[in-house]
Amino acid sequence: MDVEETLLPGVGLRYEFDNCDGERVAVVAYRGGDFEVFLCNAGDPDKAQRLFRLREREADALAQILGAPRMVESYVDLTKEVPGLEAGQIEIGADSPYVGRPLGDTKARTRTAASIVAIVRDEQVLASPGPAEELHAQDVLVVIGTADGIAAVRQLVDQG
Amino acid sequence: MSISAPLLFELGAILVALTVLGSLARRFGLSPIPLYLLTGLFLGTGGIADVPAATGFVETGASIGVVLLLLTLGVEFSVSEFSESLRRHLPSAGVDLVLNAIPGAVAGWLLGLDVVGIVALAGITYISSSGVIARLLGDLDRLGNRETPAVLSVLVLEDFAMAAYLPVLTVLASGGTLVQAVVWTAVALGALGMAFVVSFRWGHHVGRVIGHPEDEQLLLRVLGLTLIVAAVAEHLHASAAVGAFLVGLTLTGPTADRARMVLNPLRDLFAAVFFVAIGLTVDPSDLLPMLPVALALAAVTAVTKIISGAYAARREGAARRGRLRAGTALIARGEFSLVIIGLAGASVSALSAVATPYVFILAIVGPVLARFAK
Repeated sequence: MDVEETLLPGVGLRYEFDNCDGERVAVVAYRGGDFEVFLCNAGDPDKAQRLFRLREREADALAQILGAPRMVESYVDLTKEVPGLEAGQIEIGADSPYVGRPLGDTKARTRTAASIVAIVRDEQVLASPGPAEELHAQDVLVVIGTADGIAAVRQLVDQG
Repeated sequence: MSISAPLLFELGAILVALTVLGSLARRFGLSPIPLYLLTGLFLGTGGIADVPAATGFVETGASIGVVLLLLTLGVEFSVSEFSESLRRHLPSAGVDLVLNAIPGAVAGWLLGLDVVGIVALAGITYISSSGVIARLLGDLDRLGNRETPAVLSVLVLEDFAMAAYLPVLTVLASGGTLVQAVVWTAVALGALGMAFVVSFRWGHHVGRVIGHPEDEQLLLRVLGLTLIVAAVAEHLHASAAVGAFLVGLTLTGPTADRARMVLNPLRDLFAAVFFVAIGLTVDPSDLLPMLPVALALAAVTAVTKIISGAYAARREGAARRGRLRAGTALIARGEFSLVIIGLAGASVSALSAVATPYVFILAIVGPVLARFAK
């Protein structure tokens, strides 16, 4: 699925995507932390109808209902503050050598200097996972580090 | 210390008048700026009420108002927003500049203004009001629309263009030559580049120095630094407004968020005082003969803004109605046109007589037209 991201200078960001019914959904993320959700009008494709507004906490609640990927967002915020620092998501493939093994076996921190700060599994987020945490196929690792470090972790979980 | 009762009373009466008029304007979904101007117009020389005690404060407050307007604008925008807007909308910015500055310049020339007046009037017709328009887009629920990024990008680029324009105007208005103006513009652009680098590479350090967990400390630090930089900039003829804008740009991240929070109430107060001060300097009897000219100029530049806004919206892929919405949204002129009047009005007396009613008309008509363009 394609999510189109547009910068709204002075306001925040707008995300747009088409849903399965062919409707265009737009989400405006305000810099203050609020969100507004729009549905684009069928008659005039450029006009968006505002559906509802969410305060930061309400958005968090909705995000937890819908799934966990919002976790990454807050790390992205953190990485904006520190030049050179980036956040990435890495999925554990079914053929990864670490499936069924504890996180500590990857020695990711020592080998790549990047940190695995969370594991997203099904609809759950395991924040700050310990080295004993067992990795499953389809787990998504949330990694923070330099761009090189994140790439190195990706290679590590793919190929060992 | 003796407390001046007349000062307190007159100031209080002005603020009460502003809030009554302001809430009236908001009820009809209009910008309060034109009514603030009107309040100033009815005060002082040639008006219905004289405010001898408050005049001094209003004049002092006005220059602080300009500094705060530009500071909060700088805090509002980030370097990445500027570069992204520039990448997508450089041609839109060019069309916007050509279509909207030229009518002002021609009008200034036809009115027999000198170079300062012509340059000032070109700037006044060029710059849309980011304050009025940003609020308008929120009120009309247009932030999800396709044409909206085009509108916001044009506003950002106009505001950055001001950073190059204001030093030219300041030098010319203080009697400098064209060569001096060019030199100081180069200096201002250099400073702008420096502010970009500082904000991009060391923004978090600036934040650490300025930032303080207590709001009071943060306010005093930001304001103190800004006023000093603005004073230095003004002394160098690079315009205090530009200095303040540059300080605002160097603030990023959470420091900028908090600075916005503590500065906005102060900005609202002093900007209102500034709008009153502009009205105060104009004698209502000078306005009447210039009213037809102001109306004609407003009509022409409303149309040119619609064209340039529609062009920008087309670049975002908006259809006909979206283009019309973008064009009408950009019509409103406001705080920056008034900043220009404030800078050049003293040296070109005929300028404020035509430009003040011009801004007044478009600050009212702009939001109304934008509302009608559904």
